[in-house]
Amino acid sequence: MNDTKRHIPLRLQSPMLRAFKSWETLLLAVAIAIFITNSFMSPYFLNAWNLSDATFNFTEKAMIAFAMALLIIAGEIDLSVASIIALSSTAMGWALQYDAGVVTLVLVGLGTGVLCGGFNGFLVTGLGLPSIVVTIGTMSLFRGISYIVLGDQGFRGYPPEFSFFGQGYVYWVISFEFVLFAVLALIYYVLLHKTNFGRAIYAIGNNPTGALFSGIRVARVKFILFLLTGLMAGIAAVCLTARLGSTRPTIALGWELEVVTMVVLGGVSILGGSGTIPGVVIAAFVMGLVTFGLGLLNVPGIVMSIFIGCLLIGVIALPRLWAMWRS
Amino acid sequence: MIRILKSREALLVGVILVLVALIASRFPAFVAPANLVNVLTDTSPLIILAIGQAMVILTRCIDLSMASNLALTGMVCAMINVAYPGLPIPVIIVVALAFGAALGAVNGILVWKLTIPPIVVTLGTLTIFRGIIFVISDGAWVNAHEMSPAFTGFPRADILGVPVLAWLAIITAAIFFVVIARTPLGRAFYAVGGNPDAAVYAGINVGKTQFWAFVLSGMLAGLTGYLWVARYSVAYVDIAKGFELEIIAACVIGGIAIAGGSGTVMGAILGALFLGIIKNALPVVGISPFWQLAISGAAIVIAVAFNARAGRRKGRIILKRAEAGTNG
Repeated sequence: MNDTKRHIPLRLQSPMLRAFKSWETLLLAVAIAIFITNSFMSPYFLNAWNLSDATFNFTEKAMIAFAMALLIIAGEIDLSVASIIALSSTAMGWALQYDAGVVTLVLVGLGTGVLCGGFNGFLVTGLGLPSIVVTIGTMSLFRGISYIVLGDQGFRGYPPEFSFFGQGYVYWVISFEFVLFAVLALIYYVLLHKTNFGRAIYAIGNNPTGALFSGIRVARVKFILFLLTGLMAGIAAVCLTARLGSTRPTIALGWELEVVTMVVLGGVSILGGSGTIPGVVIAAFVMGLVTFGLGLLNVPGIVMSIFIGCLLIGVIALPRLWAMWRS
Repeated sequence: MIRILKSREALLVGVILVLVALIASRFPAFVAPANLVNVLTDTSPLIILAIGQAMVILTRCIDLSMASNLALTGMVCAMINVAYPGLPIPVIIVVALAFGAALGAVNGILVWKLTIPPIVVTLGTLTIFRGIIFVISDGAWVNAHEMSPAFTGFPRADILGVPVLAWLAIITAAIFFVVIARTPLGRAFYAVGGNPDAAVYAGINVGKTQFWAFVLSGMLAGLTGYLWVARYSVAYVDIAKGFELEIIAACVIGGIAIAGGSGTVMGAILGALFLGIIKNALPVVGISPFWQLAISGAAIVIAVAFNARAGRRKGRIILKRAEAGTNG
């Protein structure tokens, strides 16, 4: 993709790697600082129910961010995730018209996500197309189909049991979504950091040709990653639809950029080859706490987005400025 | 001659002509000169923006912040007009160009001096620029009755039966034809995108070249910002939201390789025209406008597949064979 390296590196950029190792620590410090600031700024912040509500700001996006992190580490990207949510949600609403039960609804949602992911994966690995443009295309295509089906209408009337996925609580203030988020975080942690498959992802991101000659089935691994991203978007679609209780073609509009922001903020290199799941988890909390804290202070959403944008550029620019200033 | 006929641009011209002929066979009114001018005028902002985006993509970068830049510059122009209604239009245009270029320079500096990947930089400035509109306008709209008649009338003014807006797109295209083909900067865009390492050895400053590409795309986004606000006689936070992807779509359809180094100004223009004709034809043919998004999405996917087939390099083919060898 956008290769900004001007010289062919003779060795791995070790200072950079060291910075990434301490990245999670830095991010954790930022998260704690935001937490403390928030609790001083607003008396409503330190309240179990409020904090529980705050987690809804990021759980669905974070689920997608886990799979997206793997994809970006492998050197690809999927900008169509928000549109997959829209299409999955539309498919569930459509199934609802045929009196589908809760189980069928969930299966339809997840299935649509997997199909969309498979379509992206086929275009990228099967036809060898650049993922950034392909997924910009499918981003319009998937949401476009949603618009064709729904127009300016919407689906509503989901069964009450279905709403558990978005509004249910497992125990006291612990929501179902938060439990799902935690479980998925653990699964992705193990997948990326403890399995051969995870090592293959790093290898592909660092040097696809080298990985190929080492016997890694590059195309297959990438295809699976696209499937996983589609599946996660499907899961997010089930949760979001259940939480909102309705489907409109504008559902989750603009989420792809927030998900990518979360991944990059989590220390995953956009050029591929490095990043960790704990980083993404902390980044999810940082973004959730920032939006929630600013929301309590009645800061409008669009001003929060300035803050998120500055955070995105700032966390990458500051270490580089620091290195420039020292040298 | 054969090379020209086989080129991407010729193919697109063919597709566009077939498309127009198909529409005209059922709805002859679509090809009436007045309506064609309408289509061109309606597509002009996209043409100008696609040319700017093409410069950036040529250098292996991408500018996702163009639509936000457009909206912010448009709001600034509108607010200046409200505060100083007597200010002549040329001054407003200079302000729009300069302000847009300054926003583009912010992207450029971050890419050049801090070597942050362009997609991250412009993803950030996309949200920041739009957020700033809210801060300076306090979320309020600038409406038609607050703008001066000269301000809103300029893009619609008629010269030889064609509005100024369309003339500006034509002038922009003409300027960039020359910039890209006949200036050292234009050739440097291709060199940097084609092979950055070789460009360094050829004495080209890669980062600086990318910086200028961002300044140019920002400048064109700024110009379009004023034209957009004046044409629709309204400025608010959400103007042209999501338009950044349509700009990239126009470039991709126009055959500008996202990997950099290959593509033409003509391609960007034709890609924009293709999308513009579809958008304007849908209501004429009686298809719900809700189909537009899916159609442009499908067009992008097909266009990328075409690009890849045309531009497959030898090195890649060897690799494919190696892959086939290891797998079976």
